[in-house]
Amino acid sequence: MRADATAAPDGADPADHGHRDRSVPAIEARELRKSFGDLEVLRGLDFEVAAGEVVCVVGPSGSGKSTLLRCINRLEEPTGGRVLIEGEDITDPDADVDLLRSRIGMVFQSFNLFPHLSVLRNLTIAQRRVRGRSKSEADEVARRNLERVGLADKVDAYPAHLSGGQQQRAAIARALSMDPDMMLFDEPTSALDPELVGEVLAVMKDLANEGMTMMVVTHEMGFANDVADRVVFMDEGMVVEQGPPSQVLGSPQHERTRRFLKLVH
Amino acid sequence: MPMTRRQRQRTQRGVLYGIFLAVVGTLIWLANWEPLSDQFLDLDIARQMFPEVVTIAARNTVVYTALAFGFGLLLGLLLALMKLSPVAPYRWVATIYIEIFRGLPALLTILLFAFGIPLAFGWRPPGGPAGAGVVGLIVVAGAYIAETLRAGIQAVPKGQVEAARSLGMSPGRTMISIVLPQAFRIVIPPLTNELVLLLKDTSLLAVAGATVATRELLGYSRQDLFTFSSPTPLMVAGLLYVAITIPMTQLVALLERRQRRSL
Repeated sequence: MRADATAAPDGADPADHGHRDRSVPAIEARELRKSFGDLEVLRGLDFEVAAGEVVCVVGPSGSGKSTLLRCINRLEEPTGGRVLIEGEDITDPDADVDLLRSRIGMVFQSFNLFPHLSVLRNLTIAQRRVRGRSKSEADEVARRNLERVGLADKVDAYPAHLSGGQQQRAAIARALSMDPDMMLFDEPTSALDPELVGEVLAVMKDLANEGMTMMVVTHEMGFANDVADRVVFMDEGMVVEQGPPSQVLGSPQHERTRRFLKLVH
Repeated sequence: MPMTRRQRQRTQRGVLYGIFLAVVGTLIWLANWEPLSDQFLDLDIARQMFPEVVTIAARNTVVYTALAFGFGLLLGLLLALMKLSPVAPYRWVATIYIEIFRGLPALLTILLFAFGIPLAFGWRPPGGPAGAGVVGLIVVAGAYIAETLRAGIQAVPKGQVEAARSLGMSPGRTMISIVLPQAFRIVIPPLTNELVLLLKDTSLLAVAGATVATRELLGYSRQDLFTFSSPTPLMVAGLLYVAITIPMTQLVALLERRQRRSL
């Protein structure tokens, strides 16, 4: 079971993971609600990701899966309910949201690299400003992570000069450079040309095999099938069904899941 | 024989050049050059204005512009951040300020500050009336620059803020390290505009009254206008304004091209 994997990511500072407790879920959402005006996107949803688990969230567009992901690090303010990050309530008004966020890596559909900074500076700015690392330490961590995603030669390039796939891999390396305890992926390959999807998925697969806790909102059913420990199917702001990929994707129990899978295949 | 596409294009271009030359030629031919050059370009008078018109007047104009732009930029940044603040009273203050000082003629604001501040606070800004006038210019420039910067800040994609916040950066750090550098790139062209307008608005400082040593370009040449009873000094001032603005805008354009290379 991946949940029992103890291997920390290669070369990561063990001290950064000292507070990780495997018995507490990495992510726990309770009765989570989110409305935009009259539109109720999440309707009292319960959701959990165990430490070391890879969870893929699938579902039709508008089902609330991206909103769920964005509520977890409070990029979106939940209307109700709670979100616990390794047992700490990030929805608590007194919570140190910035500190909690720095432990949650996030990868966006549109990459969101900082266009005015070189790739290296994209990877070091938060390490230095948030983690307080020295320049040499931050540079070293950044270079190691760029190598990990196969972009060692793009250190000095600017984002505009990278392909979409390279930009997304750089964005993953940027998130990894904070030594996060978990990673959130918001449709990471949806904005990519088809021939560039593979290189990003390969990096994500490596990451999963290294034991990273991952929550992935995706339309890539092949990836979900190969890599996920658990697949969650969402519709209309609720979890419709969840379980191992073979079950949810192979023999779905619910009519809505079956209808959705028929449409995407 | 029908013309090819290429030939037709060449003919059209030729006609456009022809019209241009005809208009320019007609104007040159129609104008009465002798009195014009006598009055406006009396080289003897022009010669007498140098070097003071450069060492005092043009220099003052540049100094006032730099002061007004520099402090106006700081004030504008403060106002732009206030206008985007989540705290409502800050937004109100910024909005009221901007609406008032964009609405008032700059001339009036300069008069207000040149004579109002010393009366109200018994304090004279350094540089006498000209200094007080510059304060007025700063106040006006701040209002315009604030709106330009606000638009620039809002033009930075929301995903940039989200990426920075997701890395654990605070709102302030995100603004300083991620949003403002990108916003400033976006607003370089409109800011250049502000700078050029401001340079010419220094000519309004004449109403604040000034001594010989603190006079800016237009005020200075207006004085010469009376001394020599000739409009030539105004022409000299005009040429000097252009001589300042063109290198300035070209320099900004160069900086812009250089930055674009990384984007």
